Amino acid sequence: MTGGLSLEVTNLSTTFETPLGAVTAVDGVSFDVRPGEVLGLVGESGSGKSVTLRSLIGLIHPPGKVSGRVIWNGQDLLSLPSGRLARVRGGEIAMIFQEPMTALNPVLTVGLQIEENLRAHTALDRGQRRARAVELFDLVGIPDAKRRLENYPHQFSGGMRQRVMIAIALASNPRLLLADEPTTALDVTIQDQILKLILSLRDELGMGVVLVTHDLGVVAATCDRVAVMYAGRIVETGTVVDIFDGPRHAYTRGLLSSVPRGGAERAPLLAIEGTPPALSALPPGCAFGPRCSFATDACRDARPGLLTIAPDRQVACLHHDAVAANRGQVA
Amino acid sequence: MTIALPARSRRRRRFPLPLVVGGGMLAAQLLLALFPSAFAPYAPDSFDYNALMQPPSAAHLFGTDNFGRDVLSRVIHAYSVDMQIAVFATVLPFFFGTSVGAVIGYAGGMAETIFGRLVDAIITFPFLVLVIAIVAVLGPGLINMYIAVGVVDWVFYARLAVAEVKVQKRLDYAEAGRAMGYSPARIVFRHLMPNIITPLIVYWMTDMALAILLGSSLGYLGLGAQPPIAEWGVQIADAKNFMATAWWMSVFPGIAIVLAGLSFSLTGDGVAETMRTRR
Repeated sequence: MTGGLSLEVTNLSTTFETPLGAVTAVDGVSFDVRPGEVLGLVGESGSGKSVTLRSLIGLIHPPGKVSGRVIWNGQDLLSLPSGRLARVRGGEIAMIFQEPMTALNPVLTVGLQIEENLRAHTALDRGQRRARAVELFDLVGIPDAKRRLENYPHQFSGGMRQRVMIAIALASNPRLLLADEPTTALDVTIQDQILKLILSLRDELGMGVVLVTHDLGVVAATCDRVAVMYAGRIVETGTVVDIFDGPRHAYTRGLLSSVPRGGAERAPLLAIEGTPPALSALPPGCAFGPRCSFATDACRDARPGLLTIAPDRQVACLHHDAVAANRGQVA
Repeated sequence: MTIALPARSRRRRRFPLPLVVGGGMLAAQLLLALFPSAFAPYAPDSFDYNALMQPPSAAHLFGTDNFGRDVLSRVIHAYSVDMQIAVFATVLPFFFGTSVGAVIGYAGGMAETIFGRLVDAIITFPFLVLVIAIVAVLGPGLINMYIAVGVVDWVFYARLAVAEVKVQKRLDYAEAGRAMGYSPARIVFRHLMPNIITPLIVYWMTDMALAILLGSSLGYLGLGAQPPIAEWGVQIADAKNFMATAWWMSVFPGIAIVLAGLSFSLTGDGVAETMRTRR
C-alpha cells in the first residue's frame, strides 16, 4: 500500500430551496476517510447518506446548495473550479451507483464506456486503452473479457453489470471509491461477491472506500468504521466492533436490534417506533427525541452536539451512558 | 423423435415491414432522382405542338400538358428537384436544431427559458405563413426557400431535443458520467445523443415528407422552384386552369407527391421500430 490520500470532511451541509422553505438534507456533517479504510455510512432512507456522498464531489444540482469543506489532497473540492474538479472526479475519486441497471449507458458497448473514462483521465492510446479494459474485466472477474467488452449493458445480468460499473470506476486507479448502496439492488449471493470484490480491490489498490448502505449486515462484513446518520446528521461514529458491541445512541441501538439474527436463540425483533421526521419539520432539540424511550425534557431543549467520548468514538446523545448501560431495554 | 417448431420462429423477419416497403420505395425514387434521363422517355421541356393536352396514350403514358410536354417525363425529372428539396431543406435544421437543442436542454436555466420564449414566438405563426413571409422578403427560388425553411424549422428539432435531453440528463448514467469527470460537451454528444436520436430521426423522416409538400406548395404559389423547371407543385399550378379538361396534368404529379410522402413516413416508422428493438 503506497502513501494514500485521506479525505477530510468538515461541517458539510447541503440545503435545497423548495417552495415550502429550505430543506437541510445534510446538516453539519464531519468525518474523515483514511487511505485503505472502509467507512460505512448507515441510516434509514432519507437520512442524507446519498446526498452526503454526492455533495462530496459536487453532484448536487440547483436548487441544492453545499457548504463546508471537503479537503482532498490539500485542496477543497467544494471551491475547486469545475475543470480541476472534473479531473478529480473519476480520476482520483470514483463513484459507483446503486442501480447497475440504469447507471450504464444503454446504447454504448461496455468496452467503450470503460474507454471513455480512460480517455478522460489518462494519456493511453487506443491500443493501450483496449488492453487496460481487458485487464479491468479480468480484475473484476468478468470471464471472456475480449468478447464481453463488445456487449451492451442489457446483455449482462445485474451482478455482472455492477462489476462492469466497478470496472469503469476503477479504470483510472482512483484513490477513493464512493459506493452508493452498491449491493442493494442485487440478490444476496451476488451481494457477497461484489462486497468481497470491493474489499480485495481496496487491499490491492490501497484506496479508501465510503460505503453508503442501510444494510447493517453489509457494514459488519466490510467496514472498518461506521458513521450512523439520522435526519441529516451523524449521530454516532466508531469502529465497527465498538458500534456493534455497545451502541451509545438510542437510534443505533434501535437499528441494531431491528436486524434479525441467525443462529442465536430466538428473540423478539424490535422495530423503532414511528417514522423519521420530515426534514422540513424537524422536532425541536434532538431529531430522534420523539421516537426515543430515553428522551427527557433536556432532549427537547437543545440539539445534542457530537461528543468525543473515546478516540475514534463520537456520539450525539445526552444519555449515551444510559443507552450503553441499558442493553436490554427496548429503544 | 422430432419436435415441430411453430412456423413463426423459423422465419424471423430481420427488418420491420414498413422499413422494407418504405425503404424500397425510397430507393426506387432515389434512382429516378439521380438518373431521370435514363427513365424518362422524353426531355422534360421538349415541346410538341402537335400533341397538346393529349390524354394518356401509348406514346405518352401520363398524357401531355398544354405545351405538349410529356407529363411522365416531367414527373420523373421532378424527382431530382423534389428529393433535393426533401433533403436540403431539412438536413441543416436537423443537425443544427438537434445539437443546439441538446446543449440548451443540458444547460437548462436561463438558456432554456429564452429558448422557450423563442419557440412560443415562432409556433404562434403557422409554419407555411412564416416561410412564405421570409421567401417573399428574400425573393422566390429554391435557395431562398431552403434558407426560409431552415430559419424556422430548426426550432422544432431543437424543441424535441431539449425535451429528450431534459429526461436523459437526470438518469443515473448521465449522473455517472458527471461522477466520472466527463466534460459537459462529452456527456451531451457522446453519451446522451445516442439515447435521444431515435425520435429525432423519425421526426426528420416525417419532416422530409412535409418538406416535399411545402416545396410543392411554394412551387404552386410561384415562390419555390420557378417554371419551366419540372417540379410537382409547379406542374400542378400549371395544370390548375385545365383541371376540368385535362385531369392527367395535375393527378400524376399529385400521386407522385403522395407516394414520396408515404415512403418517407414508412421509412421513419421502420427506423423507429428497428432502433427501439435494438435496446
